[in-house]
Amino acid sequence: MNLDSALQTFVLESRELLQEMESALLAAEEAQGREEMVHAVFRAAHTIKGSSGLFGLDHIVAFTHVVESLLDHVREGDIAVDGALITLLLSCCDHIGALIDAVDRMGGVMPSEDDPLVQAGAPLLTQLRGYLDGPADGEKTAVAIGGQDAETVERIEGSGSDNDNWHISLRFGRDVLRNGMDPLSFLRYLRKLGTIVGIVTVADALPKAEEMDPESCYLGFEIAFKSTADKSTIEGVFEFMGEDCSIRILPPNSWISEYMRLIHDLPEGDARLGEILVRCGTVTAQELEAALSAQADTDSPQPIGTILVEQGSVRQPVIDAALARQEQAKAAKAQENRSIRIDAEKLDHLINLIGELVIAGASTNLVARRAQSAELQESASTLLSLVEQVRDSALQLRMVKIGATFSRFQRVVHDVAKEIGKDIGLEINGADTELDKTVVEKIADPLTHLVRNAIDHGIEPAEIRVARGKPSKGTVTLNAYHDSGCIVIEVSDDGGGLKRERILEKAIERGLVEPGSNLSDAEIYNLIFEPGFSTAEKITNLSGRGVGMDVVKRNITALRGTIALSSQEGVGTTVAVRLPLTLAIIDGFLVGLGKSMFVVPLDMIEECVEYSAERGHDYTNLRGEVLPFIRLREVFDIGGPPARRESIVVVRYAGQKAGLVVDALHGEFQTVIKPLNKLFSQAKCISGSTILGSGEVALIVDVPALIQQTGDALPAVSNQSTA
Amino acid sequence: MTVETPVLRIEGEMTIYQAEQLKQKLLGALEQASVLEINLAGVTELDTSGVQLLMLAKETARAKHKELRLVAHSEAVVDVFELIDLVPYFGDPLVITPTSYAAERAANPS
Repeated sequence: MNLDSALQTFVLESRELLQEMESALLAAEEAQGREEMVHAVFRAAHTIKGSSGLFGLDHIVAFTHVVESLLDHVREGDIAVDGALITLLLSCCDHIGALIDAVDRMGGVMPSEDDPLVQAGAPLLTQLRGYLDGPADGEKTAVAIGGQDAETVERIEGSGSDNDNWHISLRFGRDVLRNGMDPLSFLRYLRKLGTIVGIVTVADALPKAEEMDPESCYLGFEIAFKSTADKSTIEGVFEFMGEDCSIRILPPNSWISEYMRLIHDLPEGDARLGEILVRCGTVTAQELEAALSAQADTDSPQPIGTILVEQGSVRQPVIDAALARQEQAKAAKAQENRSIRIDAEKLDHLINLIGELVIAGASTNLVARRAQSAELQESASTLLSLVEQVRDSALQLRMVKIGATFSRFQRVVHDVAKEIGKDIGLEINGADTELDKTVVEKIADPLTHLVRNAIDHGIEPAEIRVARGKPSKGTVTLNAYHDSGCIVIEVSDDGGGLKRERILEKAIERGLVEPGSNLSDAEIYNLIFEPGFSTAEKITNLSGRGVGMDVVKRNITALRGTIALSSQEGVGTTVAVRLPLTLAIIDGFLVGLGKSMFVVPLDMIEECVEYSAERGHDYTNLRGEVLPFIRLREVFDIGGPPARRESIVVVRYAGQKAGLVVDALHGEFQTVIKPLNKLFSQAKCISGSTILGSGEVALIVDVPALIQQTGDALPAVSNQSTA
Repeated sequence: MTVETPVLRIEGEMTIYQAEQLKQKLLGALEQASVLEINLAGVTELDTSGVQLLMLAKETARAKHKELRLVAHSEAVVDVFELIDLVPYFGDPLVITPTSYAAERAANPS
């Protein structure tokens, strides 16, 4: 692996770790599972520090080190976790992120000492050190508190399953004593690390008196050991015992097969070992008895280990705990193995190739049909259906869960709520909903805007909430679900809702709406998507300046999505964004012009009508309304006589309606968009191409560009008449 | 009428250095009696080899249907027996000798 790609991996991993750290920090604000969260944060910081060291990124190491030491104290319970600390740690997270970004930009070179970026860390460091030095001043209290904590921890552990013991199995080499070592001294030392809960001295190897060499060691021990030390520490105790000693250490709540393997591995008889395990408290006497009688009953003597396993004779809570732990570990491992990091470019390349494959497949199919060979046709169609499946699953590869994007908003909500002094929580639903990666990337900004809006305008101040009989803590909810080929993302708040009258008032004031016109609620709410529209009385630095909702709408429309608003005054507002699942596939409407085929995105089409025109003008009368139209033949310069019966496809984009005059309508068609080669980048009014089943190429009409190009002459369609 | 039980007194260390000697002594004493009492009051140190020898004596006695009693365990013996939980193995009552009792009191005033 060369250094560049290693660095890339480091940057990627660090970003992920920071993400984890951030979400753990945010979760730590809630009381539950705080300890776990602190560990998670610590691990992330520690890993970043470690890998930064590998790349010689000294600033990151230096900064992270201080963060880590602080976290260490938090972990020990010396420093209490409170809001201020979490905010500080979040800023530290950001700072590390900025440093890593800088490293990424500069290709692994660290910004110099006096770089403003590095300097930016200084105040954070001061704050961190403030925390670190704090306990030293009031050492006595800190120690007292620490002691108390330690006690609590012990008590909690004590009350847990009483089989949370290590099991240590020792058999000594014959020469241990002659080598000047006394096994007893090891046991005495072991006692310093924890409590020996149960111990059995195994003297089975002791020979008859005549044969016994008093200077050899024949003893072994089975020990149940309660300790908070880790395995390597315990192993360290027996480090000097020599090679001919056999030491087996089973961690607490070991998988039952581990105990059984132990039983089989040891030289003594299985039944005898069962008894020993009972005395250590690993299995109970009744269980052993049952196992032994089962052994007696069966004709073929089964090893007791098997019977114990069959009967599940190790205490139920032990099994349950062990099972749960094992499952967890397995699941975590599986999770790791399940995902592969792939370069997005490689994926795009693959999808591109598959697009080519589709074309090749279609033309093969065509040739097969021409050849009129049934066999060839059959194999070609099998091939084609396989190719389609491959295409579908390749597109599926680009699908990612929206959860990661959603959880970013935890931070946004936390920060913004803090900034404006509101108590707001974020609820996330449907985090597993999948959508195309490019859509996910592009949706983040508009969503941020919507969430900020909800926090700032939606949720009312706590006093008002209480007065209205709502909980003082506001809730913003993000929800995602699939709905007929689209993904719907909802941002809702339980705030005051939109004030219908105010919006109307403002709209009339700004001349967007004629006074006295009768508008539905939805129409009024949609007014807030008009450029420059704001009803906020005061401008905060978040929102209220009137720029925003129109940008949000434009962004979403650019993704071929729609946005809708529903609101109930005093109850809350929900903004629903509806997006296509992928940008690579569209529902198109196939139209013919001469011999060429064109695809018009279906979601822009309002209706299709028979061609008619006012004599000498480029517009028609659509139910008493003037509908300007564009002759696609002219736009795309298609020769030959027009078809006898032309049609008009009525499209609508951004409040404008227009007709497209085409020769023939060929119906709906789901199509894979292939971007145009650079060669055609100058081609206007074409957004891409696609391959038809016949192998022919159809161009996708870029309706927005088309309307823009010819549209300056088109009159704007007002909201009233069309909505 | 009670027969005078032969008593074997072990003094000083019961470690690897005395192991060979002790083995002879123990087995020899056991050979001559059907009931043997081993007085451990004078044992100042006990290591694995010593423990092993006591266990060997117990096993041998058991095999020959003799009786072996350990009495007057010294502090050093009690300490080891408790460390590796041998009290039930020998089955002898642990009489806490005044010295060890006092020592225990001193170490653990409650």
